[in-house]
Amino acid sequence: MGQIILYVIRDLVRSRWTLAYTLFYLLVGFGVLLMGRDPARAMVTFLQIVLILTPLMGTLFGIMYYYATRDFQELLLAQPLPRTHVLLGQWVGIALSLGVSLLVGLGTPFVVSGFGVGYSLVAATLLGVGMLLGAIFAGLALSMGLLTDHRIQGFGMALILWLFLAVVYDGLVLALLMILRDYPVEKLALVLTFLNPIDLARILLIMQMDVSALLGYTGAVFREFLGASRGMVASAGALVLWLAIPAILIVWRVRRRDF
Amino acid sequence: MVAGLSILSWVVYGATLEVCPTCSIRTIREGVRLAQPHDTVWVRPARYTEWDVPIDKPLTIIADSGAILDVQFRGQGLIIHNVDSVTVIGLAIRNIAFSSLEELSAVTVLNARYFRLLNLRIDSVFFGILVEHSVHGEIAHCVIRSSTSGHDEATMGNGIHLWKSDSIHIHHNYIEGMRDGIYFEFVTASLIEHNTSVGNLRYGLHFMFSNNDVYQYNWFERNGAGVAVMFSRNIQMLHNTFIHNWGMSAYGLLLKEIYDGVIQHNRFIRNTTAIRIEGSTRIHYEYNVFIDNGWAVSFVGGAYDNFFFRNDFSGNSFDVAYFGRPNNNRFMENYWSKYSGYDLDRDSLGDVPYRPVGLFTYLTMQVPETVVLLYSFLIRILDLAERLFPVLTPVEIQDPRPRLYPWHSLSSEA
Repeated sequence: MGQIILYVIRDLVRSRWTLAYTLFYLLVGFGVLLMGRDPARAMVTFLQIVLILTPLMGTLFGIMYYYATRDFQELLLAQPLPRTHVLLGQWVGIALSLGVSLLVGLGTPFVVSGFGVGYSLVAATLLGVGMLLGAIFAGLALSMGLLTDHRIQGFGMALILWLFLAVVYDGLVLALLMILRDYPVEKLALVLTFLNPIDLARILLIMQMDVSALLGYTGAVFREFLGASRGMVASAGALVLWLAIPAILIVWRVRRRDF
Repeated sequence: MVAGLSILSWVVYGATLEVCPTCSIRTIREGVRLAQPHDTVWVRPARYTEWDVPIDKPLTIIADSGAILDVQFRGQGLIIHNVDSVTVIGLAIRNIAFSSLEELSAVTVLNARYFRLLNLRIDSVFFGILVEHSVHGEIAHCVIRSSTSGHDEATMGNGIHLWKSDSIHIHHNYIEGMRDGIYFEFVTASLIEHNTSVGNLRYGLHFMFSNNDVYQYNWFERNGAGVAVMFSRNIQMLHNTFIHNWGMSAYGLLLKEIYDGVIQHNRFIRNTTAIRIEGSTRIHYEYNVFIDNGWAVSFVGGAYDNFFFRNDFSGNSFDVAYFGRPNNNRFMENYWSKYSGYDLDRDSLGDVPYRPVGLFTYLTMQVPETVVLLYSFLIRILDLAERLFPVLTPVEIQDPRPRLYPWHSLSSEA
């Protein structure tokens, strides 16, 4: 499996898409830091960029790579290898190369500009959360690819899944909170955010920043749970646990699929 | 002739009594007791362990730097009562204990007229300066400090506390680590200016039932709840700076039931809520600057006939929170950093109105829990859509002529 991971990384590092992705982060990173006067507000900008972009790029890289390497997959599957290793290896490879892009692309401006000083914990969390989101969505996209050989169908399903978790889900949360407005719903809000990795990542980051004061009373409930270091570890752990879902999906599909 | 003049000067200016550990008068209390009205008591540098020193005749007390009245937590410092024309200059007073029965303070002023407290250094006290039923006073250049650690609101006192007084001039003081920095209750025709009130547990400045006062050029920073002006009329708030009052229940300025005031040329920088309005009628908010606040102006209710004219709103997470009927609250010619209109006639005023109440602001006012969606992508989309085609947010709350450029040079550095 290690060899497969290495191969995928080597393959992706040479791809123009990875280069473009990294350059984009470099550009945005330096741009925001050069323009922004207030590091706290620059952090909010990064938060919004990372939360929208890493899941989307994870999805796109995952699904594109799956269909682009179908022939090679078949070649590998013919070898005396556990078939789960082939797909899991591809996933880990994609996730790592996406993570490296983010780390280099945003980490370099952080370090060079000295932005990390005073915000090192938030910046580190941002990078870590971004890498996790990229990995989760790459995995989800791979498992969507495993569901169908139809390229367009696979693309569509992966994008719809991304759209659901990135946008539609929050709309449902909003609607639910509006409907249940007469009830104490802070705990419900807490639970709902744990069910969506993007929301979980968003709250995790906000709670580490000054802007968490804007959350008011609802924030107090979150802080009670998340603010203490134990809560932080728990929610970060929940985000890591989210990795298990694509892993399970991939293993389940690969086992029963007729390649 | 010379003798005559010196007698005259003695009569006019009074005598000077020197107090020091090696003098014939060894305590401040003794000096005050021996002094005739309008004499001067000169306190030389030393530590005086005394408490409850009464000042009941017109006197000037001048302390050299290094003269310390150490109360050692046994009572109050100076008690100025039923007297006029008392001046205390330069004395350091420290160590006043907490009491749940009395408002023990470094300097207590009761029923006094024409009192002046200048250059006092007050440390580790329950109350700093307590003034009741007094008129025509001046409190200036004093430094009042305590520590908030290990205390809550119930076990702390205020820095400068005024009750039922009139015509008091409070200026150039520095107050840190008290419950309220400056507290006014039933105080009229008074002027508070050039003070610095920092890191107080509750409010930097607290007004209750006090009319016709002015506060200007003050600096309020890192106070637990900012500044509160409540149940007062005709207050002028000018040229003050409200900075970094940050926390879940912190406001730069909290207004409750105030009428006919003027709030002009103030700066609000990095406060959770710059101005929270719980009842404000006929107030003119003009030429204020709101930078990097969570909420710039949050209307909670009871706001009628307010006029926001030529303020700068820059980089606030939410500019205006408002719901309900417009109640003739108007915005005109303000600068909004989020405004994206155009100016074809080049008069520096945008041709399309700006609606400062965003959809998300509206939602969080309706259902506070929806704030968990802060910075969600969906919220950005909805906010944009609502700005273009308002459905939910109050259409009447708008700036019909938003300014394209700030009125002040904007910098979040204070």
